Amino acid sequence: MMRTIRKLSLSALVLVIAAGSGAVIADEDAVREWRPSAANNDVTNLASLQRGARYYMNYCLGCHSLEYKRYQRIADDLELPEDLALENLAFTGDELADMVKIAMPPEDAEDWFGMAAPDLTLVSRSRGPDWIYNFLHSFYIDDRTVAGTNNRMLDNAAMPHVLWSLQGLQKAHYDEEGSFVGFETVREGRMSHEEYDRTVRDIVNFLDYVGEPIQTDRKRIGFWVLAFIGVFTFLSYLLYKDYWRDVK
Amino acid sequence: MQNKSNQGGGTVGDWINDRLPYRQFVEDQLTGYYAPKNFNFWYFFGSLALLVLVIQIVTGIFLTMSYKPSADGAFASVEYIMRDVEWGWLIRYMHSTGASMFFLVVYLHMFRGLMYGSYKKPRELLWIFGMLIYVVLMAEAFFGYLLPWGQMSYWGAQVIISLFSVLPGIGEPLAIWIRGDYLISDVTLNRFFALHVVALPLVLIGLIFFHLVALRQTGSNNPDGIEIKENKGPDGKPVDGIPFHPYYTVKDIVGVGVFLALFFAIVFFAPTFLDLFLKPANFIPADPLQTPEYVPPVWYFTPFYAILAAIPDQVGGVIAMGLAILVLFAMPWIDRHPVKSIRYRSFLYKALLMSFAFGFIVLGYLGLKPATTLYNELALRFTEFYFMFFIISWVYSEPRSRNYYYGAFAIVVALIAVIDLVRDMAGISWIALLVMIAVTAFFLLLPAHTRLNESKPVPERLTS
Ligand code: HEC
Ligand code: HEM
Repeated sequence: MMRTIRKLSLSALVLVIAAGSGAVIADEDAVREWRPSAANNDVTNLASLQRGARYYMNYCLGCHSLEYKRYQRIADDLELPEDLALENLAFTGDELADMVKIAMPPEDAEDWFGMAAPDLTLVSRSRGPDWIYNFLHSFYIDDRTVAGTNNRMLDNAAMPHVLWSLQGLQKAHYDEEGSFVGFETVREGRMSHEEYDRTVRDIVNFLDYVGEPIQTDRKRIGFWVLAFIGVFTFLSYLLYKDYWRDVK
Repeated sequence: MQNKSNQGGGTVGDWINDRLPYRQFVEDQLTGYYAPKNFNFWYFFGSLALLVLVIQIVTGIFLTMSYKPSADGAFASVEYIMRDVEWGWLIRYMHSTGASMFFLVVYLHMFRGLMYGSYKKPRELLWIFGMLIYVVLMAEAFFGYLLPWGQMSYWGAQVIISLFSVLPGIGEPLAIWIRGDYLISDVTLNRFFALHVVALPLVLIGLIFFHLVALRQTGSNNPDGIEIKENKGPDGKPVDGIPFHPYYTVKDIVGVGVFLALFFAIVFFAPTFLDLFLKPANFIPADPLQTPEYVPPVWYFTPFYAILAAIPDQVGGVIAMGLAILVLFAMPWIDRHPVKSIRYRSFLYKALLMSFAFGFIVLGYLGLKPATTLYNELALRFTEFYFMFFIISWVYSEPRSRNYYYGAFAIVVALIAVIDLVRDMAGISWIALLVMIAVTAFFLLLPAHTRLNESKPVPERLTS
């Protein structure tokens, strides 16, 4: 069911772009300057992680697996009740102990997008959260590509703008020299700029967490380890001073 | 306490000592072993290297319990360790951080040796064993780096193995022999695993054993470079020595505390250490069909990598890199100046050694960066300076006549000029060439006309 909806939504994207691209009028005042910026996500923000997980399951899992990540671990770490987790997270009849796999066979993906969508478990570690944040912000209409959209962070990205119904569609603007200036919204989405920004940050936050689930605990534990070593070092220093009193 | 054994009196300790003379060992190696009383900061790094060795072996054993050395399973097994194994993330981060810290500690340890002339007579063999340890450590790190089977693992190994294949004639067969295949594959991963977890650790431990035996034979040098054994009291003990235990054991424990604070600060708060210890691209599984745009080596190899890349000719680059490491072995016979410690060497020698250390760090930095015209030029010049250090050290070994300095200056400048002529003329930067000549003049002409290369008097007794 969900898969069908997603597929329909993507077909709609193609139709909208086809219909809309002729009618786009350049309006210089509407151009928002855009350049990559920091995601400023916070992996300790549980509510954001929960929202991010939900968006991920709804908008990304159709193509991108998280093959080193278990549903169970997500449910535990994000404090989601298990049945709710299963219902929300797994569309494919997966067990909680399973890894987050995708339903789409890789061959299908290659037929549709020219390539299989990469696994995203570790993308926050290879690309970094900021990159993903800017990636999800910078899809723009480009009818020279198969997907109908292009991306400022990943040239000729095979990935279509799957969040278009939320963000709307934007067009890239360039100055006389041909360097990029900013975007102009040519079709409103369901969300305002602020709402969309928060949504993207939530998704990035979730992916950041998935990349290294232990990171919050790691820092918490690290504090105590360092405190212990501090005391140990101080005591050993006193011992050293005591022994060395008589060395001239 | 007084557990009597069946055969008459004595403690459990006596019983054991009759069969295993541990008391003699403790007496010889710890309580009766006299070390100079003036060890400073730089003398912590030997014991710290031992600590890191233990950390690597213990964490390594636990990693091996869950790691799978196969092209299909390696990457996933590392993620399994990071996610599903109890405390697996801690074990893995300690091991990856330990690798980098090992090199940091060993580089500081080596620099101490250079500063205080610890390689000089009678400690030449001690130094040679140190150098052997260093070379084996590099091999150990290289083999280990392939194991996570990420993009950097794969392509890093690819780059290094292909260095061998540029050697004329034997190159290609040699590379195939190392890989066990025409390209890096499951076979390569398996043998690297065997070498990393069994073969090289054994070699390393053996070499460290000999390193320490040689150290006990000559005794430690110290920041003053004075032999404490030459000044013994009526009891036959060195006047300026103190028993290793308890004095240096309690002192080394303080060093351990400070080191562990730094080590665990990295492990818990910055395990990738600004992407230097763990690289972003290594979180992508190895893909033999997709070459990453840029494959920089890990930071501890970059000084030598910069030397390799600085030489336009491939074979020449490989030879220069090999020579850069080999020449360090010969240090005891290059610098034969009677004064050991930098404290009492001349102003010019101090400047030379500091510039050498600085140049080594610059080379390390350049090796991390993608090549540009400027960086290439800098890398070549600092490579020249790297080798110049050894020539000038040799010249400084004894007082020379004025003409000798002039001759040495002429030879070094001629060498630099020849290198510039051989490489692409268009690439020559005249400013850089002039700077090189000025540096050479500073180190080889000033001794001819000033007293800047005169050593200071070495005191009879340790200072502090
Ligand atoms: C319709 C299938 C599809 C959906 C749905 C989808 N993607 Fe993608 N995605 C792709 C494809 C195909 C690529 C490969 C793009 C390329 O390399 O040209 C990709 C690439 C990416 C990359 C870059 C990975 C890298 O390191 O190169 C990221 C990040 C990403 N997607 C995030 C997302 C997120 C977040 C979502 C959900 C909001 C999402 N994707 C939804 C198909 C999809
Ligand atoms: C695993 C690596 C190594 C270990 C465990 C190790 C261990 C030690 C120890 C415990 C000492 C005595 C304490 C001290 O002086 O700090 C020492 C001294 C020494 N080491 Fe190493 N070492 C290692 C690598 C090296 C390397 C790579 C070199 C140089 C090439 C080197 C050269 C020396 C020298 C010259 C001394 C005597 C220093 C002096 O007395 O001034 N060592 N080593």
